[in-house]
Amino acid sequence: MDLNLQEVNATEFPVPVELENNIAITSLSQLYNWGRRNSMWPMLFGLACCAIEMIATASSRFDFSRFGFEVMRATPRQADLMIVSGTVTKKMVVPIVRLYNQMPEPKYVLAMGACASGGGPFKEGYNVVSGMDKYLPVDVYVPGCPPTPQALLYGMIALQRKIDGQSIANGDDVPWYGEGPAEPTPVPVLGPDIIDPRQMDMIRRQAESAASEMDLLGQRELPALTQLVAAKVETAQAAVAEAGPVDEDALSVVLPTGGTPWAEAEDIREKRRLRALARKALRATRRTAQTEGE
Amino acid sequence: MENLAAAEQSVERLSIDDSIEYLKANHSQAIKLDDRDGYEGVIVDSDMLVDIARVIRDELGFDYLSSATAVDYLGEGDHMEMVYHAYRSSGGGALVFKAQTDREAAEIPSLVSVWRGADFQEREAWDLYGIRFPGHPNLTRILMWEGFEGHPMRKDWREAYYEEEQKPFDSRWPGGHVHRAEEKNVFGKNVSYPPDIDLNRLMDTSEEAVYQSLGLGVDIERIMDKDGFETNELVVNMGPHHPSTHGVFRMLLTVDGETVTSLEPVMGYLHRNHEKIGERNTYLHNIPFTDRLDYISSMGNNHGYVLAVEQLMSLGRKYNPPTYRCEALRVMMVELSRIVNHLWAIGFWLNDIGAFFTPVLYFIQERERILDFFEAVAGSRMMCNYMRFGGLFGDLPERIKSVSNLTNDRVRDYNTMQFLTEMINERIPRTIDELEVLLTQNEILIERSMGVGILSAEDALNFSAAGPLLRGSGVAYDIRRADPYSIYPELDFDVAVEEEGDMYARYRVRVTELRESVRILKQILPRLESTQGESIWADGKPGAYAPRVPHGESYGRVENGKGELGYYIVSAGGRGGSSNPWRYHVRAPSFINLTPLGHMSKGHKVADIVGILGSIDIVLGETDR
Repeated sequence: MDLNLQEVNATEFPVPVELENNIAITSLSQLYNWGRRNSMWPMLFGLACCAIEMIATASSRFDFSRFGFEVMRATPRQADLMIVSGTVTKKMVVPIVRLYNQMPEPKYVLAMGACASGGGPFKEGYNVVSGMDKYLPVDVYVPGCPPTPQALLYGMIALQRKIDGQSIANGDDVPWYGEGPAEPTPVPVLGPDIIDPRQMDMIRRQAESAASEMDLLGQRELPALTQLVAAKVETAQAAVAEAGPVDEDALSVVLPTGGTPWAEAEDIREKRRLRALARKALRATRRTAQTEGE
Repeated sequence: MENLAAAEQSVERLSIDDSIEYLKANHSQAIKLDDRDGYEGVIVDSDMLVDIARVIRDELGFDYLSSATAVDYLGEGDHMEMVYHAYRSSGGGALVFKAQTDREAAEIPSLVSVWRGADFQEREAWDLYGIRFPGHPNLTRILMWEGFEGHPMRKDWREAYYEEEQKPFDSRWPGGHVHRAEEKNVFGKNVSYPPDIDLNRLMDTSEEAVYQSLGLGVDIERIMDKDGFETNELVVNMGPHHPSTHGVFRMLLTVDGETVTSLEPVMGYLHRNHEKIGERNTYLHNIPFTDRLDYISSMGNNHGYVLAVEQLMSLGRKYNPPTYRCEALRVMMVELSRIVNHLWAIGFWLNDIGAFFTPVLYFIQERERILDFFEAVAGSRMMCNYMRFGGLFGDLPERIKSVSNLTNDRVRDYNTMQFLTEMINERIPRTIDELEVLLTQNEILIERSMGVGILSAEDALNFSAAGPLLRGSGVAYDIRRADPYSIYPELDFDVAVEEEGDMYARYRVRVTELRESVRILKQILPRLESTQGESIWADGKPGAYAPRVPHGESYGRVENGKGELGYYIVSAGGRGGSSNPWRYHVRAPSFINLTPLGHMSKGHKVADIVGILGSIDIVLGETDR
């Protein structure tokens, strides 16, 4: 986002003639974002093949310093952006979460390449985490295996555009502008397999139900599970066949609130759309108020 | 006395077959010929393994243990097998010997006392296959963490996203429907837990185990220094996030002041299960995966794998060797990769010893142009996926697009051969000259690197070091000459070797190899001109999509930028062969070259450690696989 001097000087505040074009007046959010987006320091942090392309992006041919990603810092305490450049393994995700927790806020995560976005070609591997977003909030995904430097640059510019849209005033947009200190992400535990502490309850529930149902767990025999699923599908199909031609209304699920799930989802979507529109309108009025201020 | 010496010498020069005869004659009770279809070498009785290994090393002269790996023959004989490939440092083929054990209580004596290079490889076999090695000094998990459930490379161990034994999966082909692996997993994630998991008392013991292997515990140990003052020995952790470890590698140092007293490499942070995935894949599927091993020189990785599979295919009836043009193109690509690799290695080594990033920027210039060429030929800058069994993905294009200058230049359109000629005859030699002028006699560089990280020739051989690490220690062992493949025998080049065995010697080896690569490339250019128009495929059309590979084993190895890259492949199909490898093992130079790191680092300062690691030149994709 470029600051247009003509525009920002068009203000209701009286600017002395001799200082015209020397003073810019804008909103605090915009100024703050303008500073932030143009000084995003990535962490010097390479995981796998993508790291080589990340280095190529940093070096002379592509040179991301031109866009404000000035210099890579080896310590997380001086970095604003974590580029997850490569396959995230279960063994490595523990240090990655620790590094993320050490970064000062506001902080961003860019998942570079297929592996960091969703496991990529190694997804089926027993030591591979299928995507960084299983543990950390990811802001931008850059596809490719590995992404070309051009693609990475595009992803980084997309991140800058995302920052432009954020506001200090809005705690919903950005967690660290909300009230109270931000919670650190819990560090995963390396037990018999990796365990996400946030999902302890879920794991316990699943383990219990599966164990009670047919002693599935621990056999590591997923075919048994697929058989179970297949059996359930079969009985369901049989029931449908028995019931004869399907009446669509009969199939609909009624929630305690009285609506159907999809109606409710649509409702939520509509509300969200209206809210977004309202916010957009508010911004537009503010902007016109600013320009009309003269 | 002289006769005895002569006799011993002649034994050392026996051919492979005669060596096996010699073993059979002298140790008949412990030796059995491996007469399975397509297999070679001998099967050694487990109890006698260490003695036989000593005979093989000392009497027969096979002083270099290239690869030691395990195979699980579940359903094909129901036993575990360790396969060893030993070579002579004077050149020649492999003496393959194997030891078999029961699957349930798998136990094979450790060979660390004979070849220290077996150290990490045996730990890997314990980690992934659950074979115990009595006599191993530190038999702990190496790629997975301590506490992980099961030994994942066993054939009956199934990963959380398991779908079928072998690809192509029925769900995808030929019927074809899309699903996500998460949908079939109870936990919706790539995890599975044992039934008795106690979430209330969950302990992460992985770190503790790592520190225990140092023999120190986590605590500081009080020691007396030479003047009688009480001082502390500290444990310092470098990595897995550290700018000088070339990726997610970790070193645990114990230091006395600034001086390193012991060093323990910790790895597995990029273990992405190449081998398990490779055994599910078809043969062709694996080629793009090899790209991602040593991701700096993907062409070289392709070459080793393709050679290994071609060796197996040549056992079958319908096999035509690659055409001459194909071989010439392969060698050209591999040598260009080597140049990229060495420029990168030298640049990052300089990063480590203090010349932060400036030299790299100059080296990257030539690298980018070579990558432009790869992109034009293979379609991708780094992950070329270029070679095929019996051929190549495609011939050279007529014209390619590149720049002549990395900054402030437009994209230009070049004639490919002109581009190559200019690059090989002028640009790359100029870069190497520039590099030498600025660095080779540079006083700071010499001060920092001479006499640091010394590895003697005997140690280098014994530790199974490979590539510039081995040749920098005075062992002139280059597979392109010692056990030639492709068209290397007819090419004129010298094996780079330096005697000193320190960081500087390794740097010199790399620079010499850069020049030798240019020399090879200059000989390739006229060969490409003269074979213009010749097919790159043996019978004029691309090979089968899913080739059936005859029953047997093969070990294909190439001299890659970082050292000896070997692929051990077992095809265990029926009579018609198989379309998926039964065993797919990568003998990664980066992994095995790390074995002597602790030995080399002892007594040096912490600042030198990063330099020593840089001078080995590792890449983590290959180390952890």
